[in-house]
Amino acid sequence: MAEALQMKNIVKVYSNGVMANKDVTLCVNEGEIHALSGENGAGKSTLMKILFGEEQATSGEIYVNGKKVNITSPQMAIGLGIGMVHQHFMLVPSLSVTENMIMGVEPKKGIFIDRKYARQQVEEIGKKYNLYIDPDKKISELTVGQKQKVEILKALFRGAKILILDEPTAVLTPQETAELFEELKHLKESGYTIIFISHKLNEIKELCDRITIIRRGVTMGVHNVADVSEEDISRLMVGRDVVQKIVKDPAHPGESLLRVKDVKIVDETGTVYVDGVSFSLREGEILGIAGVEGNGQSQLIDAITGMGHISAGSISLRDKDISGASVRKIRSMHIAHIPEDRMTTGVAASLSITENVIADKLSWKRFVRGGVLRRKEMRAYGQEMVDAYQILCKSQDVEIGSLSGGNIQKGVVARELSSEPLVIVANQPTRGVDVGASEFIRHQLIRARDQRKGVLLITSDLNEVLGLADSLIVMYEGKIVAYIQDVASMTESELGTYMLGIQKQSAAQIKEALHED
Amino acid sequence: MSVLQNILSTEFIYMWIRVATPILLAALGAMVCSKAGVVNLGLEGIMLISSLFGVLCSAVGGNLFWGFVGGVGSALVVSVIFAYFHLVLNANATLCGTAINTAATGLTIFVLQLATGEKGNSSSLHSFSFPNVEIPLIRDIPILGDILSGHNTLTYLALLMVLVCYLLMYKTPLGLRMRVVGENPHAASSVGQNVVKIRFIAIVLCGVLTGLGGMYLSMGYMDMFVRDMVAGRGFIALAACSMGQATPIGALVSSLVFAFFDGLSNVLQVLQLPSQFVQMLPYVATIVGLTIFSIQKSIRAKQKMNKIKAG
Repeated sequence: MAEALQMKNIVKVYSNGVMANKDVTLCVNEGEIHALSGENGAGKSTLMKILFGEEQATSGEIYVNGKKVNITSPQMAIGLGIGMVHQHFMLVPSLSVTENMIMGVEPKKGIFIDRKYARQQVEEIGKKYNLYIDPDKKISELTVGQKQKVEILKALFRGAKILILDEPTAVLTPQETAELFEELKHLKESGYTIIFISHKLNEIKELCDRITIIRRGVTMGVHNVADVSEEDISRLMVGRDVVQKIVKDPAHPGESLLRVKDVKIVDETGTVYVDGVSFSLREGEILGIAGVEGNGQSQLIDAITGMGHISAGSISLRDKDISGASVRKIRSMHIAHIPEDRMTTGVAASLSITENVIADKLSWKRFVRGGVLRRKEMRAYGQEMVDAYQILCKSQDVEIGSLSGGNIQKGVVARELSSEPLVIVANQPTRGVDVGASEFIRHQLIRARDQRKGVLLITSDLNEVLGLADSLIVMYEGKIVAYIQDVASMTESELGTYMLGIQKQSAAQIKEALHED
Repeated sequence: MSVLQNILSTEFIYMWIRVATPILLAALGAMVCSKAGVVNLGLEGIMLISSLFGVLCSAVGGNLFWGFVGGVGSALVVSVIFAYFHLVLNANATLCGTAINTAATGLTIFVLQLATGEKGNSSSLHSFSFPNVEIPLIRDIPILGDILSGHNTLTYLALLMVLVCYLLMYKTPLGLRMRVVGENPHAASSVGQNVVKIRFIAIVLCGVLTGLGGMYLSMGYMDMFVRDMVAGRGFIALAACSMGQATPIGALVSSLVFAFFDGLSNVLQVLQLPSQFVQMLPYVATIVGLTIFSIQKSIRAKQKMNKIKAG
């Protein structure tokens, strides 16, 4: 079989120094459905951006139909017969299906668009590939599944022979997914080549011919899907690198602090993010929430910290209801939050370290007298924090945004842990943070736990969740699929099977997470 | 009674159309920009500059043609500068627009003084104006003839532009691309469209339309340039564009609404109402209208949410 596409030894270093692809090789045969799989941040999206001309590889070679090419723009990729179906649809809601499809390649009659012909073409191509959508409907009137069809048609309309689908099922219902698979199989039979990006193993098993797995920017080989089991794939995807030992004493959890009961989160379009989640965080424990990103963790954390809404259920702290309370109210009840994205929600980048660490303490008498800030006291406190949290900086007066990622994060941790919390919600506390700072932050979280605080840890770093958490819940598709009382007894492959939805605990086991007698 | 009689007179309606012309032209320009996703606050300045350079160039060139070239040309130059700073150098659009407006006030007076030695107006120059056009047949119809015939060339051009803009935006590839770029630039770039290029074209087209509006003021509405003669019409055009939801027909209708109150303020002076009070009316009406619109919208969103919760 001829090779439709070859990407050889691709290396991509972003200008900020992040190495997204270290050495990736992807070979796709003509007329196959090829799965590209790996954890979040493994480098799949970067690789596809390079293929579609949205990013340039630092080194490496790309061959399309055996010819070496240098793809510098999406237009060029389209010209080579490569079509991309983005995860976030690239559609214009107020325009019709036809208008979205023909944009950029409009059939013309004189200086005007030939609407009749365009409409007819759109109708024909839809019927030909079993993807019929009413050409006159506005995008805003379509369901998610229909929008995806339009995206696929858009690529086909531009003459794509190689279709890239970036996590296409993430937004679909099971019925829509089944329908999509039928359509993709039909396309394959018509000679199209499809690259299917996904980490849903059952889907890969059902749909794909071969699979390439990427882990931390390196390809872990290519396999015939029929020859490998779901467990094999999961091991290749999530396998742990060199283990960083995290030292801590066994936990002695006490009473329940934060209780989340039957929480359901639905947005205005009806998408369900969190579906009946119940658990309880006890004092003196670190409770981890594991799961592949996008399984409802972010929405759950937003709800707990007051940054998002809940649609049903309740959240309480020591039997006081805090569901739907404001961020200020929740903070005043001593819930600290180390947010996922430190630059947008963690710090005010252009303010000093001092100003950032006292941002939540402006009601303290120490810093304010008669409505006027006491600079001297503030600076002294800033210095205390810089010393206590080992923030590397010239002084406490420099802009926090000028520090390295790890030191900014230490600043966030300093502010949150110094706010006398009962509960600390730590969302990806060491993401993008260097090894030394990560270790320091983890140590701080363990110390907080030993001071009988409750720590809720959300992380996509398996090392961290297995090493740091005392007990663990695993989320999959908005639900808790496993509760592990003692993380030490857990292996990473076992965790992988829960995270990818291969295995699920019984309802009784999951209910233990609530610690209700 | 006299007020009503005044409003119902053919003179009033004739004046109404006259007053609406510059607002309509600039509002169409704003419409093109806003469809392509650019907020062009510099309309006021572009109008002022083109109104001066139209007059100067016609005086220097000795005929109307050179006036036309000068007016449109100056509007183009300013638009290209705006587009370069905003699109290529990524400067904030509000800042660029404000800079143009501020610079235009000083620049026009400075150039006027260089050219005529005066700071107030260009009456000492022998400049040319766009002629009024009597339309055969129509002008002989009683009443309607007095209203529709005898307007300035640019007034008819403005009305024609409503149609041209409509065809451009909804019937041509360029218009489709502009609308896509305005609503979802990522969608455009993902199929290989150059977002900057399309927006550049939109800003330039806006400049031409707005320039025509400015020239109308000094070469049609009046026959000389007077300092600060645009007097907020550029901003009113922006308001008219958004009130008309950035469509050509909407821009026409809301330009007429604003112009109506403008004309009304002249008439209402009979009642000794302060003209500023009357000029306030279109804005008050807009604010009330938008408030009602957004209240309705949020009620509908809430109902939808409740339905989901119940389901």
